Amino acid sequence: METFAQQIILGLVNGMVFALIALGYTMVYGILELINFAHGDLFMLASFLALTLVGMLGLDAASSGASLAIAIPGIIVICVVFAGGLNWVVDRLVYRPLRGAPKLAPLVSAIGVSFMFMNLGLFWGGLPMDVFGHGTAAAAPKGFPDLLPGTNLLGDSSLRITVKDLVVVLSSLAVMLGLFLFVTRTRLGKAMRATAQNPTAARLMGIDVDRVIGATFLMGGALAGFAAVIYGLYINTIHFQMGYQNGLYAFTAAVLGGIGNIPGAVLGGLVIGLLRALSDQYVGAQWQQAVLFGILIAILVFRPQGLFGSTAREKV
Amino acid sequence: MLAMKNLAAISMALALAIPLGACKGSDKDKGAGGGGSGEAGGSGGGASSGTIKIVSSLPRTGSGNAVSGAMVNGIRLALAEAKNKAGAFTIVYEDWDDASAKKGDWDPEVEAANADKAVKDPNVMAYIGTYNSGAAKISMPVLNRAGLVMISPGNTYSGLTKPGMGESNEPDIYRPSGKLGFFRVVPADDLQGAMGARWMKQLGAKTVYVLDARDLYGRGIADVFEQTAGDIGLRVVGREGIDPRAQEYKSVMTKIKATNPDFVYFGGTTQNNAGQVAKDMLAVGLTAKLMAPDGCFDSAFIQASGAENLNGRTFITFGGVPPDKLTGLGATFVKNYRAAYGKDPEAYGVYGYVAAQVAIAAIAKAGSKDREAIRAAVEAYKTEDSALGPFSFDKNGDTTMAVMSGNEVKEGKFEFKTLLSNE
Repeated sequence: METFAQQIILGLVNGMVFALIALGYTMVYGILELINFAHGDLFMLASFLALTLVGMLGLDAASSGASLAIAIPGIIVICVVFAGGLNWVVDRLVYRPLRGAPKLAPLVSAIGVSFMFMNLGLFWGGLPMDVFGHGTAAAAPKGFPDLLPGTNLLGDSSLRITVKDLVVVLSSLAVMLGLFLFVTRTRLGKAMRATAQNPTAARLMGIDVDRVIGATFLMGGALAGFAAVIYGLYINTIHFQMGYQNGLYAFTAAVLGGIGNIPGAVLGGLVIGLLRALSDQYVGAQWQQAVLFGILIAILVFRPQGLFGSTAREKV
Repeated sequence: MLAMKNLAAISMALALAIPLGACKGSDKDKGAGGGGSGEAGGSGGGASSGTIKIVSSLPRTGSGNAVSGAMVNGIRLALAEAKNKAGAFTIVYEDWDDASAKKGDWDPEVEAANADKAVKDPNVMAYIGTYNSGAAKISMPVLNRAGLVMISPGNTYSGLTKPGMGESNEPDIYRPSGKLGFFRVVPADDLQGAMGARWMKQLGAKTVYVLDARDLYGRGIADVFEQTAGDIGLRVVGREGIDPRAQEYKSVMTKIKATNPDFVYFGGTTQNNAGQVAKDMLAVGLTAKLMAPDGCFDSAFIQASGAENLNGRTFITFGGVPPDKLTGLGATFVKNYRAAYGKDPEAYGVYGYVAAQVAIAAIAKAGSKDREAIRAAVEAYKTEDSALGPFSFDKNGDTTMAVMSGNEVKEGKFEFKTLLSNE
């Protein structure tokens, strides 16, 4: 029972991280119907920036709580600005000129951007910094210092809910709530929803569609930047190829929840996190992906629009 | 069409006949004539005195040169000690490079050219090499077909010699003649699994949970580990294959925690996310110790894990013996090496030295300048004492000597702990 509870906790915390990445996917898809393959790699680059900053500030597990309380939010802000800005620039330079082109053109461009980011990550990992192992093994996984305390909130109980888990869950929830309110309550959010529903009609109503799309990339990238820091703090290892696996999970979470739907992406992430944990416990680690994607296929067979997706979202 | 086929067959037969004919012309060169040498040697027998050439093919350009330099020095030392004589023969040694500046590492083209050159030179009777298992894959079938013996001081990939340890066509694909032609004086990778299990038991473990990265290297080692553990009474409480690309392993570790093992064995490399394995054990409060093979014997593993997560609880096996831990003739070797070259040998120096000794002894025993006789003498080689202790070659061409080192992570560094043996 205790093991079961522990796996549920692990699944939920991991699912939170997947959900954060999934949000960026789902926002861009919702508005452009573009599967932004470069999203996972953008997330990876932001995590490399976070580790670089951690190295420059000389932070490690032994750093004092006060300095961390200032440094971590600072790192988050820088990574959010970096990833959001980079995503906006990529849209401006790569996707926007292809706006009228067949859907496959931006898709293939996104794959190209993904590879460029991955190679940039490989180069980045070879920088002669202490946190990158002095650049001796650029392709090796990089350790991200364990800055958040792993203290068990339940004291000596063998069931563990750590301070780290709590920080991850609460900060992610806050960001998700903020995003939800932004999309449902602000003018720009309303413009985004209108553009997602029907870009032509939105333009006719006087909405600057390109600006709205740019803002969507900016926000999606910013979420990737936030997710990257949380991932580094929680998982503690980053790698230049991690964008692929995380992007795959996040994309799946977005589809499972109903692509384009923000609460759906969060739910999708949590479901994936839980399935992963429970399949490791009760089936076996080597079957993790088979079980996970098998169940996902089964869900999608019965609900092709995803858990929260609306059935008829017509595109003209 | 038929005519063309016949024509092709005739021209091929002619092409083959010419070198064979040339070979017959000179008695001295017998047994060195390309494709037919094995059979020719077996029936005829070569000269019983004269000059014999030993060549080595090792990466002498780029990052591999530090290790290769020590192996070449070891070979030269062995020859100097034998006064360049093997029986009635005078030995000439040539140090060939299998790397290119273009690659900065071993180069398949250069290794292929070296193998070809060795086969065609009628004086070459032994080929010492290679350092990289990938290079060995290229030269092994070429040399084997020509019946030229190959003695490796550096290749550790199990599939080169052991059936069932590598790809399904290994190792037969390297033995087109059907005979053994490749012998190694360095223990193969998979032995680390067996030795790891014995060492773990010595460290006081009663139970172990085995993980592997589901690839050729890690899974092979973990299989041998599990089998040996069963044989020596170390209880394997579970076995799991993990996805080396997964984000984290906390769920697996939670599952393992419930079985409360003394140790976790991870068959995998740093690239297989070993650092995450080490971290997630602690993250879920699993206090078992961790053991891994030499795929984790690099500083990148310590960086990826964070030294504080490894110190005092991480044990790594390595397929070589540090020079300063050699005893008996090994210690003599280190002393002589230092006297000759003014520095300590790198870990592989002693393997170069022993490989050359095997070649010299086999040539002396064969007493004939005949590749097949020398190959057979290497196969039958047995020594009661060498710089690496007593050894011979088993039915796969692997050394029976199996001494490795066990290392522990202390204060963010690997520290030599003990010599491991397969006894």
